[in-house]
Amino acid sequence: MTTEPLLEVRDLHVDIPLSHGRLHAVRGVSLSVGVAESVGLVGESGSGKSLTLRALLGLLPRPARIVSGTILIDGEDVTGLPAKRLHRRLTDTMSMVFQDSLTALNPVMRVGEQIAEAPLRRLGKSRGEARAIAIDLMNKVGIADPERRYELYPHELSGGMRQRICIAIALSTKPRLILADEPTTALDVTIQAQVLRVLRQLKQEEHVSLLLVSHDLAVVSQTCSRLYVMYAGKVVESGALLDLIAEPRHPYTFSLLRSVPDPDHRVDRLLTIPGQPPDLSQAISGCSFAPRCPFAVDACHHQEPALEPAGAAGVERRSACLRVDTAERWSEMVAEEAVSKQ
Amino acid sequence: MSAATSVGPVVPAVPGARRRSRGRWNAPLVAGLILFGLIVLCALCAPLLTSYDPIKQDLTNAFLEPGSKGHLLGTDSLGRDVLARLLYGARVDLQVGVLAVISPFVIGSLIGLIAGWFGGWLDAIVGRVVDMVIAFPFLVLVIALVFAMGPGTTSIYTAITLVGWVAYCRIVRGQVLVAKEQEYAMAARASGLPTWRILIRHLLPNVLLQAVVFTMSDIVLTLLAIVTLGFLGLGVPPPTPDWGTMIQEGQQFILDKWYMSTIPGLAVVLTGLALALIADGIVEKANR
Amino acid sequence: MKYLVYILKRLVSLIPVLLGISFIVFFLIRLIPGDPAATLLGSHATPDAVRELRNQLGLNQPLWSQYLTFLGHLLTGDLGFSYVYDSPVGGLIGASLPVTIWLLVSGTVFTLLIAVPLAVLAAARRNGILDNIIRTVPIAGLGLPAFWLGIMLILVFGLKLKLFPVAGFGDTLGAHIHGIILPGITIALTLAPILIRSLRASMIDVLSSDYIVTAHAKGISTSRVVLGHALRNAAVSSVTVLGVNIAYLTGSTLVVERVFSLPGIGQQMINSILGRDFPTVQGITLIFAIMVVVVNLLTDVTHAALDPRVKLS
Repeated sequence: MTTEPLLEVRDLHVDIPLSHGRLHAVRGVSLSVGVAESVGLVGESGSGKSLTLRALLGLLPRPARIVSGTILIDGEDVTGLPAKRLHRRLTDTMSMVFQDSLTALNPVMRVGEQIAEAPLRRLGKSRGEARAIAIDLMNKVGIADPERRYELYPHELSGGMRQRICIAIALSTKPRLILADEPTTALDVTIQAQVLRVLRQLKQEEHVSLLLVSHDLAVVSQTCSRLYVMYAGKVVESGALLDLIAEPRHPYTFSLLRSVPDPDHRVDRLLTIPGQPPDLSQAISGCSFAPRCPFAVDACHHQEPALEPAGAAGVERRSACLRVDTAERWSEMVAEEAVSKQ
Repeated sequence: MSAATSVGPVVPAVPGARRRSRGRWNAPLVAGLILFGLIVLCALCAPLLTSYDPIKQDLTNAFLEPGSKGHLLGTDSLGRDVLARLLYGARVDLQVGVLAVISPFVIGSLIGLIAGWFGGWLDAIVGRVVDMVIAFPFLVLVIALVFAMGPGTTSIYTAITLVGWVAYCRIVRGQVLVAKEQEYAMAARASGLPTWRILIRHLLPNVLLQAVVFTMSDIVLTLLAIVTLGFLGLGVPPPTPDWGTMIQEGQQFILDKWYMSTIPGLAVVLTGLALALIADGIVEKANR
Repeated sequence: MKYLVYILKRLVSLIPVLLGISFIVFFLIRLIPGDPAATLLGSHATPDAVRELRNQLGLNQPLWSQYLTFLGHLLTGDLGFSYVYDSPVGGLIGASLPVTIWLLVSGTVFTLLIAVPLAVLAAARRNGILDNIIRTVPIAGLGLPAFWLGIMLILVFGLKLKLFPVAGFGDTLGAHIHGIILPGITIALTLAPILIRSLRASMIDVLSSDYIVTAHAKGISTSRVVLGHALRNAAVSSVTVLGVNIAYLTGSTLVVERVFSLPGIGQQMINSILGRDFPTVQGITLIFAIMVVVVNLLTDVTHAALDPRVKLS
């Protein structure tokens, strides 16, 4: 492939200063999103996935800060730009959809005005044009009767409608990539499906790329074609969605998949991953998942695995596991252990 | 009536300051206590700090500038020593200020406690009366009452009590409404204790904190009210020294003798600052 | 439309409060030690005049009937008669009320001019040097007597620098504006500390909320985010604080008018007190309370206009 990815992040580190020391929340994340591609970023809460996403737009919550890392847009390193131009460049390329649509919308401003704001203030449109753009966007994200709803305030809309408004706001800057941070977590299942459909349509009709952060594999698998799995501030596995689900090459992904209730294969109980994620304010030796890993050997506790190619030649597939060569037998191993315990 | 608003200036807590002071003491509280302690000490030791009589006139030595021989802060238009008047004035103003807060505190808290606990028509009547009183600007009603009752310290105490109790009543009533629903209150009620015992022993200690916190800012307001009454000629009757009266007397000579009004004014500002710091510190502690 | 109905409802809800106010004002006269009629007329009154006034005031009638008469007079706009000025109290108040309203409005405007920029700056540069100064200095202002501050301002800006008139309100609009600046600033300096603290606190709250991140993500300028999104939300909660305190500080117009010799109702009230002119004091007390009620009403109405979440029904 010769075309540059739309967005590439190299070795991103994010710190949260604490009263004693610091919390190393994102520990060298690298990822890329191609043009008109939907990419998922999956992990437990606290894995650093949301911070990674916010860092991309320079919107880290206080007091978190980027320690190091490179952001490339169309292959061009933008990290060195002066703050104002950087913000401009990032927000030109990307926009964001948040988890809680109620708090993400300004409560005292009409929703239509919130959509029209960027066209009005940034794209230099007139009031009338901005309004027309906003109504058009509301149509696009599936809001019926947009002229009337333009005048409403956030609290007067349902959760699903509000999230559509948020998506319309994200689209109002004409971005090429939408960053979505758990966009459906706060919604109930039927509304979830509708919002995900809107996001999929955008990709098909507008060729907008999507970087979707979620703790829910089901949500990601409905929307994305490629996945990054994060654990304790690092990407532990990446690859095409179908490959990854069919043949996980990292024990964390493996465990995560087993914890998803599968409607086709009935499981007697919901499997959860035993143990706690590591304390990121402390130094970690070896593989961060080793203490919870069913396949860990002594080496895992001392030697930190690198994220290395782990698939057939020509297939984009990476994993950070010392025991990746045993991956094909993981299901058997777990089954054997379950039997031996009984 | 809502518990969130009070009659006096609403002074919200400062969130930024909270993070710094984790200990039992915080900077505003310590600074305020030290400053206020010094002022009280000066007032108490007035006879030791000056040998002058604050009301004795000496027309041959009128209008002496600060720093004059024997008169550190000069003398006023009647030749009275300004330092002596300042120190004895502190005695008067602080005493009236503190005392004038006690009866509104006691009366307002009790009424608020009873109204909040029993509710019903009693609460409705109290609510109406509170609404009536808070419709008046504090100072205006106090002045009108002092005027109607005639000058003198008794009138001042009475007027401030008649107007000031509503603030405490609202605060305590609001707290009682919350506390009433908590389990310890329910448990006390279920145990069949006499009502007065539940109120005094169980409820009062739990609802009084906010009222005590407000007391500090209330002393500032009351002090300002007393000084203002003195300035308007409605305060402690002359020749008793009082900071407000001193400022008022100095105002007519402001162009030539600017210090005559400035010095007692600074005393008020300093006392107000000390009390405001204490109030601030207490709020900070209480909110933690 | 919904908004108009809301305002109407608020107006109707004022009736019991206004009745209560009239009740308290009525009872002020009962607090006078001795015979109110004799007190009203002063020490030089003849017994005949006192008797006549007592009849006229209905002091021989039962209390409730006296109150009803008083209320009836109020409703027809009759605030009583000043024996000192030999003129209806209503006329005296009518002449001086505009000055007080000028003072209140200019005080509020100056307060906003001082408090809003400082609070926004402090919140935007939180925990910086400027923030620490803006946070601590106003504490000193809480214990500042308005009248003394006024005297100091007169001394510096009126007498020494001769920038503003020392006293009075002038006759022309220009003179009015020139004369109201120092008194207005005096009011503002006592009111601003409270507003700065409240506004700063709510700005900090608002600035850390998600919709501010949303606004930043749109790529609009920081000043637009702070002024367009944050300030309006912070104003919603601070408007109530401002309203409560304007109501409270309405009382300080009294002393400020005194210090600057402004011919407003506060000055009138004090002159009437010194002249033992009871009906005028009574009338002005009533007007002050009505002003507070009006300020509270304006606060509620503004709050409802700023915050669409306020239920208008």
